[in-house]
Amino acid sequence: MSKNASYWSANLRLVALCLVIWFVVSYLFGIILVEQLNTIQIGGYKLGFWFAQQGSIYVFVALIFFYANRMGKLDRKHDVHEDDE
Amino acid sequence: MTLQAMTYLVVGFTFAIYIGIAIWARAGTTKEFYVAGGGIHPIANGMATAADWMSAASFISMAGLIAFMGYGGSVFLMGWTGGYVLLAMLLAPYLRKFGKFTVPEFIGDRYYSKAARIVAVICLIVASVTYVIGQMKGIGVAFSRFLEVDYTIGLSIGMGIVFIYAVMGGMKGITYTQIAQYCVLILAYTIPAIFISLSLTGNPIPQLGLGSTMAGTDVFLLDRLDLVLRDLGFLEYTTNVRLSTTNMFMYTLSLMIGTAGLPHVIIRFFTVPKVKDARSSAGWALVFIAILYTTAPSVAAMARLNLIETIEPTPGEYMVYDERPDWIKNWEATGLLAFEDKNGDGKIQYNANPETNEMVKVDRDIMVLANPEIAGLPNWVIALVAAGGLAAALSTAAGLLLAISSAISHDLLKGVFRPEISEKQELLASRVAMAGAILLAGYLGFNPPDFAAGTVALAFGLAASSIFPALMMGIFYKRMNKEGAIAGMTAGLGVTLLYVFQHKGIMFIASTSYLGDMSPNWFFGIEPNAFGAVGAMVNFAVAFAVAKMTAPPPQEIMDLVEHIRVPAGAGTPTSH
Repeated sequence: MSKNASYWSANLRLVALCLVIWFVVSYLFGIILVEQLNTIQIGGYKLGFWFAQQGSIYVFVALIFFYANRMGKLDRKHDVHEDDE
Repeated sequence: MTLQAMTYLVVGFTFAIYIGIAIWARAGTTKEFYVAGGGIHPIANGMATAADWMSAASFISMAGLIAFMGYGGSVFLMGWTGGYVLLAMLLAPYLRKFGKFTVPEFIGDRYYSKAARIVAVICLIVASVTYVIGQMKGIGVAFSRFLEVDYTIGLSIGMGIVFIYAVMGGMKGITYTQIAQYCVLILAYTIPAIFISLSLTGNPIPQLGLGSTMAGTDVFLLDRLDLVLRDLGFLEYTTNVRLSTTNMFMYTLSLMIGTAGLPHVIIRFFTVPKVKDARSSAGWALVFIAILYTTAPSVAAMARLNLIETIEPTPGEYMVYDERPDWIKNWEATGLLAFEDKNGDGKIQYNANPETNEMVKVDRDIMVLANPEIAGLPNWVIALVAAGGLAAALSTAAGLLLAISSAISHDLLKGVFRPEISEKQELLASRVAMAGAILLAGYLGFNPPDFAAGTVALAFGLAASSIFPALMMGIFYKRMNKEGAIAGMTAGLGVTLLYVFQHKGIMFIASTSYLGDMSPNWFFGIEPNAFGAVGAMVNFAVAFAVAKMTAPPPQEIMDLVEHIRVPAGAGTPTSH
């Protein structure tokens, strides 16, 4: 079981990292700090507004693929991956 | 060709495709009926999930809401996409490894309790039925607006189409039609957006156009919109907060948790071959969703600006009512847009002051539907938008109906009341349940209950406060037991229902609201639609407390949790 336990804790660390980023781009940048970030202008977008209506969504997509990729590596490293067909 | 003939042609063509797929993708086993045989490619499943998820509300209503809420509308954009991050990391791969057919089945097995399974079935049915009413209404409205047939006939045609491919093909037929429906709806959404972005900003990519300058000037589009709205007495578009920062935070969180807990979305991840496919498939689903969701803010801002500039082409110069464009006349005829020349000057003034504002009604839903007409796009684009709206409503309705029928035939009939029935009998039962669910949804579409408008909040509230926490704790907290889970679900659900009902009325009958739906009475200024996150927190807290005080779950349950945490050994989904 210890093999699985170390796999599980590595998984939890990865999920925690991803959820911190998830929180930062949406709740922190898009809502809590939106006024401060809005003083920065990128093209026609105020930065806080951009995170709330565009940026957070792009980061969400990237996060899921990052997670899926890293988990695939963890599965193999800890030898708990599914059989190849 | 007239617009109506063109619309009949385009909508008829898409319907022929859906029926063709239905005949090709018949389901022969319960496994095909419930989870499409478990062999759907993750990208194909992602596309089907996107169509399943994006309803009439996403397609028709969302951009219109954002157009009038500005920055405050961000709660929908972040809330309805961020939930996929939770789904991909906290639920989908583990539930796929568990390898059964339905969400209540996991809850029943994990908490070794038929009672827990039945509670989950009830939450699922209430959430899904409330949700499906909106889709049925969307189908009826789209038919009556674009094909100019009676609402009831339109709804009947829509029901007939869903009936053919959902009853015959189950999840298999639904999956392949949803893929076709995704293609229709995304083309219908993006093509007008590209044309409008091009004409306003010279940039064909709407996501970039929103951050660009107005064509032929050096003024940014968003700055221009802010300025115009300020001059008219409205709040600035880009900084208009929805009630309060706390409320926006909780609203976004509720939509995210609710999204991750909606059973019709979760079961889509049971159809992929492997655990690792469930992870990447969630990513693909969000890619396909993000194409629409990042276009929507552009559609919203540009539609608002176009609307204002149609009415006030240059500052102080107002539209002469008798010279209004045809699209305004068309929408006036539906009653969704109305003007009243209060000062009798024959011109239309639009501003934030209710005394002098002469655009007295503008329904949020017309913004997307009227967009191609406002931009003067050709008839085939308008016809495509009609087909897209129908595709969005049909695909979501089918997914919800499958979740309902599998809960009835697999969880209640096979799981609780008649475990001895054969697979063939269960397949028949699932088809009967599907037919019954379609008839019920149709009935509710013909006779929408008074509380229909308020129920979407209830669907997300239920999913957030009951289903999501029970699933997550079942995977991440091995010590969680039957007592804790049931107490948590009941408490989360109870708090959410109490809050929604005390402000919106019991079963949404306004006169029974004993606190009144007004902000001074709201808990920390949180509106009822945003309360699901609080319900989820109550669920977690109560479940932990009760689990600590009661006996741990049996060893075989602990082993089950160990088993679902690792991908190795995931077979294809089974019922045994």
